[in-house]
Amino acid sequence: MSLPDQIEAFATGFAFIVLSVALLITVWRIIRGPTLPDRVLGLDMLVAIAIGLIAVVAVRTGFNLYIDIAIALGLVGFLATVAFARFILARGLSPERAGAERVSASQARATQRRRKGGRR
Amino acid sequence: MIPFLETALNLLVALLLVVGAIFSLLAAIGIVRFPDLYTRMHAASKAGTIGSGLLLLAAGVHSLDAAILIRALAGFFFFVLTAPISAHLLAKAAHQAGYRLTKLSVIDQLPQKEEPGRR
Repeated sequence: MSLPDQIEAFATGFAFIVLSVALLITVWRIIRGPTLPDRVLGLDMLVAIAIGLIAVVAVRTGFNLYIDIAIALGLVGFLATVAFARFILARGLSPERAGAERVSASQARATQRRRKGGRR
Repeated sequence: MIPFLETALNLLVALLLVVGAIFSLLAAIGIVRFPDLYTRMHAASKAGTIGSGLLLLAAGVHSLDAAILIRALAGFFFFVLTAPISAHLLAKAAHQAGYRLTKLSVIDQLPQKEEPGRR
């Protein structure tokens, strides 16, 4: 094994260790994340790090098909993030606003019930 | 000539791997350490994209094949194209849904509808 090959093997090992650490602390943010968008962002970052990890596996093993897998994973991750953003836009209210919404909704329900009762 | 070229390519791949991995780690540290969603997004969508893009580029250079290198470049280009779109969508959705900026932030140039001038 020549010196450049050794350097490359060392680089792949180093990249594996560093990316594993990055993956772990991102998972910590997803578990800890105070709000839903934080978790979505953590998921997005997780996909990006997984793409990097797959690329390192491609360098290490020499199977170039892994690059296609990484591209496909990037596509899926992008679509997942867009879908989650639409979901947050539609439903994922922040805690304080969700509380206000719940109060107004219960008030609306109460008035509706009163109106129904009046009609009856 | 050819062995020298191979050595240079090996060293280039090693450099790209190390730099890309460090960029990814910095993005992950930024996600953990920044105070609110919007600053975290700034770390994730820039450093994270460059990190995974450089690693993909390293895999493409390592293959010594033009078709695979072009595929890796296309993947890199795709990530660079889509990361700002998804980050912008997520930030806009979170802002409209009412998630607040951190107390440390100086200005919010996109005021929320309910309480203009509260911040």
